[in-house]
Amino acid sequence: MTVPESRRPHHVAFARIGLGLLVALALLGAAAYGVQAERGLGETDLSREMPWGLYISQFTFLVGVGASAVTVLLPYYVHRQQAFARALMLGELVAVIAVAQAMLCVFVDLGRPSRLLNVILFPAPTSLMFWDFLTLAGYWVLSLVGLGLAWSERARSSLGWSRPLALATIPWAFGIHIVTALLYAGLAARPGWMTAVLAPRFLATAFASGPALLILLAGVLARTRRFDVGREAVARLTTIMTYAALTSAFLALLEVFTALYSGEPGASDHLAYLYVGLDGHFGLVPWAYASGGLLALALVVLLVPRLRARTGLAYGATAAVLAAVLIDKGLCFVTSGFNPSPLGYVRDYRPSLIELGIVAGIYASGALVFAGACRWLPVDRDGEPARLPEEQSVYAWKLPTSTAHRPDMAKVALSEK
Amino acid sequence: MVLVGGAATRTAAGASPAMAAGSPLWGLAIDLARCASRAGCRRCTDVCHSAHRVPTVSDPRHEVKWVWKEPFARVFPEQIQAWDGEARAQMPALVLCNHCTEAPCTKVCPTGATWRRRDGVVAMDEHRCIGCRYCMVACPYGARSFNWDAAVRAPSTSRYPARTAGVVEKCSLCVERIDAGQIPLCVEACGALGAAALTFGNLADVSSPLRRLLSTRQAIRRRPSLGTEPRVFYLTS
Repeated sequence: MTVPESRRPHHVAFARIGLGLLVALALLGAAAYGVQAERGLGETDLSREMPWGLYISQFTFLVGVGASAVTVLLPYYVHRQQAFARALMLGELVAVIAVAQAMLCVFVDLGRPSRLLNVILFPAPTSLMFWDFLTLAGYWVLSLVGLGLAWSERARSSLGWSRPLALATIPWAFGIHIVTALLYAGLAARPGWMTAVLAPRFLATAFASGPALLILLAGVLARTRRFDVGREAVARLTTIMTYAALTSAFLALLEVFTALYSGEPGASDHLAYLYVGLDGHFGLVPWAYASGGLLALALVVLLVPRLRARTGLAYGATAAVLAAVLIDKGLCFVTSGFNPSPLGYVRDYRPSLIELGIVAGIYASGALVFAGACRWLPVDRDGEPARLPEEQSVYAWKLPTSTAHRPDMAKVALSEK
Repeated sequence: MVLVGGAATRTAAGASPAMAAGSPLWGLAIDLARCASRAGCRRCTDVCHSAHRVPTVSDPRHEVKWVWKEPFARVFPEQIQAWDGEARAQMPALVLCNHCTEAPCTKVCPTGATWRRRDGVVAMDEHRCIGCRYCMVACPYGARSFNWDAAVRAPSTSRYPARTAGVVEKCSLCVERIDAGQIPLCVEACGALGAAALTFGNLADVSSPLRRLLSTRQAIRRRPSLGTEPRVFYLTS
């Protein structure tokens, strides 16, 4: 038997260096936040004209990643696809971490973070932000329980309420991202955001970026940690990602049509700022083309069977989808909506080192939690990656709990019916 | 929004609008030509900012402003034609919180730190504000300011409480003066100069000077198509 990959000396060294870097980045982020807390949000590149920037953009992106747990919850709990059992373990973990990171992104954006509880003490039901706080907090708790259920076969099978709870999580996951979209989509002051397709567009980009992240993480885990999500789950996640990305591109193009064909300046100014520049300001133009170009390239690879069959290209396309959504939601969408300002000013936005440091710290902390949690992922003890049995009944959920995880028994149980 | 008013709440001619029976509904009219006739005048801004301890910030990105001048073309872009002269486009127009009847800022605030009073003033509690800036994002007039820098301190020339870093602030229409039966400082200062470009009054009272002005002069409001129903009027004729 070969030495397990994760035990090879150079892997251990890489892992140590990587963990060291993550710890350093997390500490750097904490230090950057210390500076911002001391000196005020003036340490950012935010302004009168650009009140929200990288923090709220990243919040938007991360809520999408959190909501994308739907892409593993639905197949597993509703369509009873046992092949998603392992992807569910990963998906729930990513959701819990992403939502926590999203909440951190809002926290670091607050001018008076010590007053955060005012949102609960003085509830304002007309504010979408109030509902965003509630839905995110609720979803985080649900996901945490869901994570426990996903990781523990025994808990899943012994608790009578586990499936109803998992099912309730699904609309809630949609909900967090819909509410986040409505937070933007109802503002007459920002015509670039005020579109009814924003919520579907957010969901589409979420269901593209989430699976993309899962596929990449699964690839890393399969190589280093003896945890295999399974070929079938990865293949199906790839399909979900592909059509979600295609849908998001379709919705984005519809917005371009409405904006350009109507000819109304208010409807197209933010697009002009994104793609051709406005009043001599071109701050987002390279980013907008990078995002669109990456998405287009990725779709070509993912839709042509001969191309996507090549593992390297497929992973590249997956990374490109993730990067495209990260740029679009994590930077362009929010900041382009502020140009031009209500008084007609255009201001480019370049995140300050403090902002970049804080966001890097949030991501590094999330990665550290992920790496730590992965130690509890189920691992087969024979040194080979734990693999799902190839054959599993899609009706495994209905089987007696004692045989649900035993494909050989499951077949017997099925044939007895 | 139901306008409080009609014969039942009408005040006797000459009485202070603040004495009107029932709830008054405060509004402000700005005579554009009169205001523009005093080039470079910033009396209202200075008086307001000094009394309300609005900090002076040199960085234009971080400025805190309650009432200030902007070029007419920026304030009323839909009123400007390509063949308008540069003078008309650059004519200074005073901007401040519009104290909207349907104020988007009060709708989006997650803590109720900004709200509309019965008398129409959009008020602000800087001690409840968590500094999320959603109100700045939702305001279609750019009327709100955030205290970006902790290092900037407001001058202590008045008893008005200074704000800490990390909260949003804006024109309060001098609620503290209104509640004491006085008119806003900017209106008082402009009148004292002899410019009289600003008229403050009770919109619920048909006989108020403001209502009489609005019934005889042509007035426009900023971005009326948004349905916010501003209560700051700009007299153009």
